[in-house]
Amino acid sequence: MAGQAQTKLDSKNTSSKEARSIVEKIWDSHVVGQLEGHPAIFAVDLMLIHEVTSAQAFQTLDAKGLKVFDAKRLLGTIDHSIPTRQNRWEIYDESAKAQVEALRRNCKNHGIPFLDFDKGQGIVHVVGPELGITQPGMTIVCGDSHTSTHGAFGSLAFGIGTSEVGHVLATGCLLQQKPKSMRVEFKGRVRKGVFAKDIILRLIAEIGVGGATGHVIEYVGEAIRAMTMEERMTVCNMSIECGARAGLIAPDQVTFDYLNGKPHAPKGKAWDEAVKHWQTFVTDEGAQFDRKIEIDLSELKPMVTWGTNPGQGVQINQPIPTVKSLPVQEQGVAIRALEYTGLTEGATMEGTPIDWAFVGSCTNGRIEDLRIAASILKGKRIKDTVTFYVVPGSEAVMFQAQKEGLPEIFEAAGAQFRMPGCSMCLAMNDDKVPEGKRCISSSNRNFVGRQGPGSITHLASPATVAASALEGKIASPEGYF
Amino acid sequence: MDKFETLKSKVVPLPMTDVDTDLIIPAQFLTSISREGYGQNLFRRLRDNDPNFPFNLERFKSAAILVAGENFGCGSSREHAVWALAGAGIKVVIAPSFADIFYSNSAKNGLVLVTLPAAQVERMLVEAQAGEFEVTVDLEAQTVTLPSGEKFKFEFDQFRKHCILNGLDDIDYILSFKDKVAEFRLGQPTAVNCTQGDNK
Repeated sequence: MAGQAQTKLDSKNTSSKEARSIVEKIWDSHVVGQLEGHPAIFAVDLMLIHEVTSAQAFQTLDAKGLKVFDAKRLLGTIDHSIPTRQNRWEIYDESAKAQVEALRRNCKNHGIPFLDFDKGQGIVHVVGPELGITQPGMTIVCGDSHTSTHGAFGSLAFGIGTSEVGHVLATGCLLQQKPKSMRVEFKGRVRKGVFAKDIILRLIAEIGVGGATGHVIEYVGEAIRAMTMEERMTVCNMSIECGARAGLIAPDQVTFDYLNGKPHAPKGKAWDEAVKHWQTFVTDEGAQFDRKIEIDLSELKPMVTWGTNPGQGVQINQPIPTVKSLPVQEQGVAIRALEYTGLTEGATMEGTPIDWAFVGSCTNGRIEDLRIAASILKGKRIKDTVTFYVVPGSEAVMFQAQKEGLPEIFEAAGAQFRMPGCSMCLAMNDDKVPEGKRCISSSNRNFVGRQGPGSITHLASPATVAASALEGKIASPEGYF
Repeated sequence: MDKFETLKSKVVPLPMTDVDTDLIIPAQFLTSISREGYGQNLFRRLRDNDPNFPFNLERFKSAAILVAGENFGCGSSREHAVWALAGAGIKVVIAPSFADIFYSNSAKNGLVLVTLPAAQVERMLVEAQAGEFEVTVDLEAQTVTLPSGEKFKFEFDQFRKHCILNGLDDIDYILSFKDKVAEFRLGQPTAVNCTQGDNK
């Protein structure tokens, strides 16, 4: 559905030197130097590290006899390949076990703080913000494409590959080209039962999975200002799903209130100074963007994906587009996607029977997500044909959920409340949707086999996941609010 | 990183857009801590489900140039996708566009990504599917030469070109700015210190 958005090209010539976007401000304050015709030497303030994309980077470091540049700007934890069962210290998969042990050893050898099991472990993009380590104006990277999550705080945060993880370990810097900028304005307020996840799925459906390639998105508008930090994280998290290098939101009082009192947030006088500094990370009036898009949310209904990429999404009550109605270059992908998901063009997603349900991931595995799912499930039973995993994003989320009595609600409804990790978002551990089974999922990718070989994924908000699990078929949560 | 020299090779066609890195190398193969051994599982799911998938066919066995649709390499940041392509002998990927992180990861491993207009890519896809189709990629001259002698010119970042042609590593380049980086850090506001305080 690319091309339907109202896109305006801004002329760069009219750009005043004074008026800068947040992206430009962060960029300018992190370029160490740049030779003509070369990429910039770009300083990284924080790198998060997990087990899957780091071992080879440490090997490079060790082979070159280099030390880490600054351990206080690094934080490791384990999330992707670990089990989410109770006795998770025992990893049965030898290869996954070796990977986890490699990260433990590498962090120890290099003096890097490491959040092990029972020591604050969680999904990288959940633990950074909840510890107050993610702060406005910072540059943050991780060997994970969903690093864009941290942009919710007004930081420039993006995913990198393993070679670049090695560069940052050794030098604290990356070679970077200045990104293009894109402003996405969400107009209006959403109705009850419609969530941050629906909003970002709507954007991706509008501009397509490559729609923002090369750009950093700044999200603005009434709907964004009305969001909690956790909702903003959901929006920024999926920026990569429309190809954006990063997505971010200007910090405001909501941001400062969230950070205040977090373990790593500044205290006392340092807090006041920090807030003053953070308040400068707003886009100046008159700053230019390479692209601008506006999306009206007032009529938006819950979104669900029908295909095998996150751009193939529709409102729950609307028909799957006919192949003919799509741009020519998207038709082949759509035909293959429908064949894989076993759905028909023109059919409505609502009412599609499901076998599995998943609430969790760096997109929607935070406490507010669990609360919403629990509020729908409370006192009810899911269909007995459905297997439902609820996986908290971190130990902190798990403890908070326990304090609020949420695990009991999930268990009583017939769902399983599991230990923290990425789990069924990418099925690198034992948590897999079986072949041919259909899952409604609060995660971020519906690629072929993403949740297990032959599995079928429909992305949706945690509310839609919970409502669908109750009915055994894809259902709107609107009636529950 | 190996140096890249002019490459003449058969072309393996992948007439698909938005090829994601989960397709290139599924997550189940990512628990290895080595950079080697991913080639055998390149496009594993597509290979298992379709005996006629190009990477299953004898006639494409020695091809080192892959041609595909737009937005190639989207999704996950896994560099394993580049290692899998390289491990299977692919040295050049030609497409109308590439995803950002994949683009960056390729450069770090000497995998040459050639961006050509959709119509030229389409022509190459059609010819490669029809029969044996060999092209020459010359990075120095920034050209793809077809069997007919026709040349497609492509744009390429000059810094990257220099690195790939000479097998240079970014890490050494950044380290050459070591003093400048140290000076820059001194001028920065106080950083978050992950080694101190309560991480629970």
